[in-house]
Amino acid sequence: MGHSVENSTEKQKPQTKELWKVFWILLAITAVEFIIAFQISSDNNFGKWLKITLFILLTFVKSFYIVGNFMHLRHEVKSMIWTIVIPVVFVVWLLAALVYFEGGYIGSVR
Amino acid sequence: MAVAKAPLNPDHLTWQGGTQPMKVGYGKLMMWIFLLSDTFTFSALLISYGLVRFSFPTFKDVIPDMTYKTFELSQQYWPIPEKVFEAVPFLHGISLPLVFVGLMTFILIFSSVTMVLAVEAGHRRDKADVEKWMLWTILGGFTFLGSQAWEWAHFIHGSEEGSILANGAKVFGANLVQNEYGPAAFADFFFFITGFHGTHVLSGVVLNIIIFYNASNGVYEKRGHYEMVEKVGLYWHFVDLVWVFVFTFFYLV
Repeated sequence: MGHSVENSTEKQKPQTKELWKVFWILLAITAVEFIIAFQISSDNNFGKWLKITLFILLTFVKSFYIVGNFMHLRHEVKSMIWTIVIPVVFVVWLLAALVYFEGGYIGSVR
Repeated sequence: MAVAKAPLNPDHLTWQGGTQPMKVGYGKLMMWIFLLSDTFTFSALLISYGLVRFSFPTFKDVIPDMTYKTFELSQQYWPIPEKVFEAVPFLHGISLPLVFVGLMTFILIFSSVTMVLAVEAGHRRDKADVEKWMLWTILGGFTFLGSQAWEWAHFIHGSEEGSILANGAKVFGANLVQNEYGPAAFADFFFFITGFHGTHVLSGVVLNIIIFYNASNGVYEKRGHYEMVEKVGLYWHFVDLVWVFVFTFFYLV
């Protein structure tokens, strides 16, 4: 359908090097997350927020690899990429705005 | 019909003709849109988890002297995940914080790779390879579901010591009303978030089995393309993606 159909009936060689590379990257990032979880102490505020920031950043790095390479979004046309990315950006924006402007409210009513 | 009509629209706006918008098939585009809506659902679940979690006191608010090392479970404050999820099958009584969920993460990432290998085999129209990798993916899915079943059973069953409520009664394990790990909301979110994700994995496994069945029967060979593998692959990767977020926000933070 959308992708090119090959005319030759010969068997092609698998192109899987890139995919395995992404697998090892994802695995390495998860390992790093484990190291952070047990090596950085959360007992002081700095350590706690450093950990949370690192976890969120690494999670987004992982999701870029999964969505970009595994789900192939990197190789789609521009309009397709933006159709998916823009609504997600709005969700993150909403979340950030809620946490920043309204986040303290729940603490004052409970 | 030999008369060539002058095009009313420029080429890139041709919609009802042969050109597909965004150069993807209809089914694939709709799968993406569905996954986008599913993203909103899971975002809502995780955002409410965060909101409720941070509205409860931490153990430091209740007992300032307590550290992560001396942490004990109590209904008074939100638990820290590494003290709740520390059991591994066959290793009874040994504290291995987050090891089992780490293993589950590995299983799901691995099954994502085998899925993408099936998609790649589909592009080459290599029937045997598609079958092989779909089987691996199904196996990975079942392994994950089994692990989650164990995780749930352990969570519901609880520890041998249990924990003591404010009125002196003891509570073991977890249900929707009370649990030994912390406030009731903690177990509720555990059941809803991992349960909703697990339901997605289960439907993913069912879809994968259908794809494997069709591929083995040569349905896609006859059709001339393996786009169905790609569509279900998108769903499967999304399930993996959601787990990455659940892992971070439920188990790590």
